Order: sequence, then structure tokens, then C-alpha cells
Amino acid sequence: MNIMYFAWVRERIGAPSEEVETGAATVTDLVEELRGRGARHEAAFADLSALRVAVDQELADFDAPLSGAREVAFFPPMTGG
Amino acid sequence: MRIVRVQDAPFDFGAEAQSFADAQTGMGAVVTFTGIVRDLDGALTRMVIEHYPGMTEKALSAIAEEAHARWSLGGSLIIHRHGTLGPDDMIMMVATASRHRKDAFEAAMFLMDYLKSRAPFWKKEETGGAAEWVAARDEDEDALKGWE
Repeated sequence: MNIMYFAWVRERIGAPSEEVETGAATVTDLVEELRGRGARHEAAFADLSALRVAVDQELADFDAPLSGAREVAFFPPMTGG
Repeated sequence: MRIVRVQDAPFDFGAEAQSFADAQTGMGAVVTFTGIVRDLDGALTRMVIEHYPGMTEKALSAIAEEAHARWSLGGSLIIHRHGTLGPDDMIMMVATASRHRKDAFEAAMFLMDYLKSRAPFWKKEETGGAAEWVAARDEDEDALKGWE
């Protein structure tokens, strides 16, 4: 699964994306796995209320299922316009 | 007619507005809005806009589709830039056309409110040696509730 990061989440992780092998059932399960990858991931996922998630480029909730998902993105609240 | 463009390059607001208006037939109203990089305290050196290629176009198209479902529109235009901008540069514009002005005004407001908080763009302001991500505002999120 391709995991993408944007804005300060990307900066905390230190990379725009990474490939992970995961059997996580939901976004929350995936976050728990990613947190185990080290201090950078811990810092990026320290406060989930400050994060938004998209599954296959659609905004989703953290309890969204991941079966069949190819791309998950984490980012702060959007600031367009 | 629905146009969505996400681009690094600057755009010509006047030419875009004229071209959009010329393409309309039977419409009594064209409303345009453009967003400009603000430099509130004179310290801003540049603004960098990051986006999510692929998702951005999809999100903007979905927002436009929703506007066309809610209001009677002859056409809509959304242009949003990414990359590096300077103070007073134009970031984005929207245009809407309708038979009556109310639809065009309301649809333009709707497009603006939604792309503020639902289109995957993030702004970083650089002032002198410091750089800071622009935080989302509660008011922008609250503005969406008025459309639910």
C-alpha cells in the first residue's frame, strides 16, 4: 500500500510517501502500525485530531475500512482558496 | 461547461473572465472571484502552496458537480495555483454563470467555501528566515455548515 504525506506531516515523516506491507483493517489500525516505525512517525501521528485522511484520494474517517485500498494519504486540515 | 484547472503558472484574470463570459449563451449573470496572496504585516517573502496531484482535480470536480446540482448554472470555472507565489499574486479564481444573479452569487460562494476546506491544498508562509504552515480556521469549517 502506498502511504502519502503532505504539508507538515510530510516534513515530520521526512518523506513524501512510502510503500508498506500491511494487513490493517482500518485507517486507525494502519496508524498504530505506522507509529511503530519510529520517532518521526510517532511525532507525525501524535495528535490524530490535527490530521485528515484520504483513502484512494477520497476524504475518509479514521474508522474507514482499508480492504482493497491502494493509497492512503495523511495531511493536516486543508487550506485552499 | 465546467472547467477545473490546477496549475503552477500564473493566470490572466481578465482574459479568463472574458473568455468564460464569452462562452456563455442565454446567461444573464456572470460572477467572478479571485483570491490574492495577502501580506498583512509586510513581512511575507513568499507563499508555497502544496497540493495532492490527482486528488486535487477530483475534489475540485466533485465540488463543481455539487454546485451544478444545487443551482441552475450555465457554466463554472475553477482555477487554483500551486507552487511558489509572492505577495499580491493571484492564487485562484472561480467564475459562475446563470440566468439569474442569485444562482451565480450563491454558487460562487459555495465553491469558495468548499475549496477552502475540502480541496487538498496547504499553504506555507515564509517570512524572513521563518516558514510556517497556515492553520485551518474554524470559521472556514463553520462556513460549510451553512450549506449542509
